[in-house]
Amino acid sequence: MILEGDKLTIGYPDRVVGAGLDVQLAKGEVLALLGPNGGGKTTLLKTLLGLLTPKAGEVRLDGAALSSRSIRERARLIAYVPQTHVATFAFSVEAVVLMGRTAHGDLFARPTSDDRRVAAHMLDRLGIAELAQRPYTMISGGERQLVLLARALAQEPQFIVLDEPTANLDFGNQGKVMREIRALAASGLGVLFTTHDPNHALRAADRAYLLRGGERIAEGPVGEILTRERLEALYGAPVQMITDGSGTAFVPG
Amino acid sequence: MYLRAGIDSLPRMSLDSISLARSAVPGFAIAVAVLIAGLLLALTVGRYPVSLGDLLSVLYAKAAGHRADVAPAVESVIWQVRGPRVLAAMLVGTALAVAGTAFQGLFRNPLVSPDILGASSGAALGAVVGIYLSLSVFAIQAVAFLGGLVAVGVVYVIGASVRSRDPILVLVLTGVVVGSLFGAGVGLVKYLADPYNQLPAMTFWLLGSLSATGVSDLLPLFGPVAAGAAVLVALRWRMNVMSLPEEEARALGVATGPLRIAIVAAATLVTSASVATAGIIGWVGLVVPHLARSLVGPDFARLLPAAAILGGGYLLLIDTLARTMAQVEIPLGILTAVIGTPFFIWLLASVQKNWS
Repeated sequence: MILEGDKLTIGYPDRVVGAGLDVQLAKGEVLALLGPNGGGKTTLLKTLLGLLTPKAGEVRLDGAALSSRSIRERARLIAYVPQTHVATFAFSVEAVVLMGRTAHGDLFARPTSDDRRVAAHMLDRLGIAELAQRPYTMISGGERQLVLLARALAQEPQFIVLDEPTANLDFGNQGKVMREIRALAASGLGVLFTTHDPNHALRAADRAYLLRGGERIAEGPVGEILTRERLEALYGAPVQMITDGSGTAFVPG
Repeated sequence: MYLRAGIDSLPRMSLDSISLARSAVPGFAIAVAVLIAGLLLALTVGRYPVSLGDLLSVLYAKAAGHRADVAPAVESVIWQVRGPRVLAAMLVGTALAVAGTAFQGLFRNPLVSPDILGASSGAALGAVVGIYLSLSVFAIQAVAFLGGLVAVGVVYVIGASVRSRDPILVLVLTGVVVGSLFGAGVGLVKYLADPYNQLPAMTFWLLGSLSATGVSDLLPLFGPVAAGAAVLVALRWRMNVMSLPEEEARALGVATGPLRIAIVAAATLVTSASVATAGIIGWVGLVVPHLARSLVGPDFARLLPAAAILGGGYLLLIDTLARTMAQVEIPLGILTAVIGTPFFIWLLASVQKNWS
């Protein structure tokens, strides 16, 4: 099963953000979307999720147009982990994760005991089972990010799309999310994430997709694509590359 | 099902205890206590005081099917004079609280009230036009009810036809703008009205009252309130998801557009029916959902019934106050504002730590 964008023109009703974009994401693979602010990362991501309609081209899932599937079918195939936000109401963490089960029930359905088991399992998997009864509004930003990831896992999707999953996390939790992304791909999911840190792409992704000004600059295996020259061109800023026996890291110059 | 790997190792017992851990029983007990206190006070207190013993024996006699051993006037006060008004106060309080709960969730804003989309101003215009045209009481209520539905319909159609990335904000702003236009219409009709005959009736209606409520008002009130509330209760889980940002709700598989129409329609039906019966009673739909949320939490499965019970009790208490505080009846809208304003200020001061 492949999630693919074919010659996409992306944008909002009043403006075009990018054009001619081809993207493929296979199951078991991690794709990192890199680029400067305003380059179209989030717009492309929302288009692939079906939250924005492409202005031209088509998003396909398993060969069929994504728009031909109902919104509920889509939610059972692709899950979305948004950037963390402040919630209006103090739902418990368990209730937030249970919301990930919505697409598995009909219009009037309430969470079943099976849904509760799945929610508890996903919290357990991410090591935050003890948060289940805490109000979502009273936990830290890093914990919220993990809760939103647990909610996405509770959808039991084939693909998972994360918008800057490490943006609000401390150093330790960044590593945890990167490891979890690798583990998800290892268990067969296709993962797409955006990031501002090329090191995260290098660490967690198989392929990188460089987006600047709504145009694809480069795409390919992270080891080939992420070079000092390309990153300097992508961000329009000096970049240093540090290499030692254990690997490579990029530092803004 | 690879994501479920290892799920069977989770003990079932602990899952059951988790769902019971944060019990809503104490919260519901408080709501029911308020309702019972409101019922007892509303039926006993007034110009013709009824003792608690007499009230209980009348209620018991009715249940058992024989005549009570009390003065006939007591029975008549309970069943003919206070009974219909008590039921109407409960229904109106329930309606406003349920509609407020629904709108606060839908607009993801705890400071929203049921008239946010113009239901009250539409009903007000309908009512003053009805009074101006000297229609019958029933016709005035019908016009007010339709006015509320039409106002929200107009707001929704305009809001939906404006292309925007934030449909909720557009809807709220349209509600404010259209509401103020209807308000200008109310002002015009009041200006044109006969100042000795019609104007007092309009003013009285716009301030809210249950003093003229009789048995015949109960069915037209109960029908729409029950229908609207049933729709909202049926959608309770989806309403939880609808309180997330629009794109998240859609990514979770909820068709937000049609669902928003269903929730707005149900809440508007409920609001319009109560405004048509009791006139404009502000603040109940803002205050009660908060009190209910602090009792049982934000899950609509608990919040809607808790708000319904608490709203009924709350308006019963207010209405009893309104008819006993002074020689003349105090309009309900004035009492709810006197209580609601300090509450609202407290809410603004504490909202930061409670909701974010």
